[in-house]
Amino acid sequence: MERYYQETIECASREEIVRIQNERLVAQIRRVWDNVPYYRKKMEAKGVAPEDIHSIEDLSKLPFLSKDDLRTAYPYGLLGKPLKECVRIQSTSGTTGKRVVAFYTQHDIDLWEECCARAITAAGGTDEDVCQVSYGYGLFTGGPGLNGGSHKVGCLTIPTSSGNTDRQIMFIMDLKATILCCTPSYAAYLGERMREMGYGPDDIPLKAGIFGAEAWSEEMRREIESTLGIKAYDIYGLTELSGPGVAFECSAQGGMHINEDHFIAEIIDPDTGEVLPEGTQGELVFTAIDKEAFPMIRYRTRDICTLTREKCSCGRTHVRMSKPKGRSDDMLIIRGVNVFPSQIETVLLNHGYAANYQIIVDRVNNTDTFDVQVEMTPEMFTDNVGEIEERQKKLSDGLKSMLGIKAKVSLVSPKSIARSEGKAVRVIDKRKI
Amino acid sequence: MSIKQISVFLENKPGQLKKMTSVLAQHQIDMRALSIAETKDFGIARVVVDDAYEAANILKENVFVASLTSVLAVAIPDEPGGLDKLLDVFDKAKVNIEYMYAFLGGKEADHACMIFRVGDTKAAESRLQGLGLHIMSNEDIADL
Repeated sequence: MERYYQETIECASREEIVRIQNERLVAQIRRVWDNVPYYRKKMEAKGVAPEDIHSIEDLSKLPFLSKDDLRTAYPYGLLGKPLKECVRIQSTSGTTGKRVVAFYTQHDIDLWEECCARAITAAGGTDEDVCQVSYGYGLFTGGPGLNGGSHKVGCLTIPTSSGNTDRQIMFIMDLKATILCCTPSYAAYLGERMREMGYGPDDIPLKAGIFGAEAWSEEMRREIESTLGIKAYDIYGLTELSGPGVAFECSAQGGMHINEDHFIAEIIDPDTGEVLPEGTQGELVFTAIDKEAFPMIRYRTRDICTLTREKCSCGRTHVRMSKPKGRSDDMLIIRGVNVFPSQIETVLLNHGYAANYQIIVDRVNNTDTFDVQVEMTPEMFTDNVGEIEERQKKLSDGLKSMLGIKAKVSLVSPKSIARSEGKAVRVIDKRKI
Repeated sequence: MSIKQISVFLENKPGQLKKMTSVLAQHQIDMRALSIAETKDFGIARVVVDDAYEAANILKENVFVASLTSVLAVAIPDEPGGLDKLLDVFDKAKVNIEYMYAFLGGKEADHACMIFRVGDTKAAESRLQGLGLHIMSNEDIADL
């Protein structure tokens, strides 16, 4: 039997959802107009005022927000509430070094955690469960989001955070964890490690996993499910909108239900910005209608997917999104972390080197490998091997502090990076997802 | 006086050294000595040639990263203890040797030529004066 965390809203009629969305959108646009001069200017430039917004039908009149806006308005320019009413920030990497800093009031935290609680409940979680959260805790939203959701559901929560695999396994086995939350690649890695240690799917107490923050295939899902003996659920979200839980999979696993009482989804043509009809593939755009501190209006996610409002057998009525099929920008997701090629360029330039580089991403044993090849330049070169290695290490440290994940820096011959029609090929993604 | 050595960046993979020697061969550059320092990823080829400036320009035109480095080239008697006597001078003067390599076949048949990269080339050079050693110049190298 399907369980719901908030059945009334999760299974509300279409009319009821639209009613809530209309009401919240109109109020949100008024608040943003009054409190966020940055967005108000964008509205004025487009010749639209709060009086023009009566319902979700008017959504397309509003200007978009993008990652560039977040950078321009960094850090406080998009704040919808006075700082004293904010209680938390979370952060993710931005396009050129400036990080995205998202603010939360207590209301925003509650809303986010409720979304995660819906996801955990949809995966079968109850207050009888032991939920191990192996997403990173800290600025990354994965850990804090699922941790909060797990509390709301009433699970016994094990906040292991990421890493230290043997300790993760010890907790899963000793405390009989039944739900695991982490990135799919880490789940696969855990599964492999446990198999090596001699644990079969029947020995492992886990029954469900909630995996997100990076792309994963159906093959990978089946592999994780069979090694861990669980049912694996997808979850979607982004820091700009709160974090994981913007959308989540139900037992039917035919796409992820978007929490429409908080987020209005649109699909647009990434080139023209035109809204596309239901079922058409395009870029996913979200409007947060209930968030206070960081009220994103028509935020372009750059994720390419489709939406469907077809009836779902789980009983939930909220619109479903497909797994993102790609990006309309050049962002890569490596080990769950957002990486933009431009960030690597920034690090190279900051170190006084030319931006001749290539990123090579692969997946070996279900873990992403991340190599950055940098063409040697006269500025970087000296006759001293130790000094070159020192420079190589400084670059590697610079990338780590910019991106939050470790990259292997290799120095290659000048002009050796493949060029296509004169343009260097910046990214080679060998992962088969 | 010191001589100029060319230091060339080479990726540590098959064919890279050959690329460099092909360019030098095409341009009739004569190598006197060659040594390679390597790491897992890359190496530095250190080359003494008849015309260091010319060779450096040619390598740069052919998309190599190359630089000129001052090194000391000293002819020492090819006999037991030859190098030891020289190093004794460096040792007493606390001259730090970063790297060194050697070649035979100079004009003086009974001598070996040692190439030193030291922390302070000028200081090392002054210590070697008056010991009867032949400290080679770029011209000497070109003449070999």
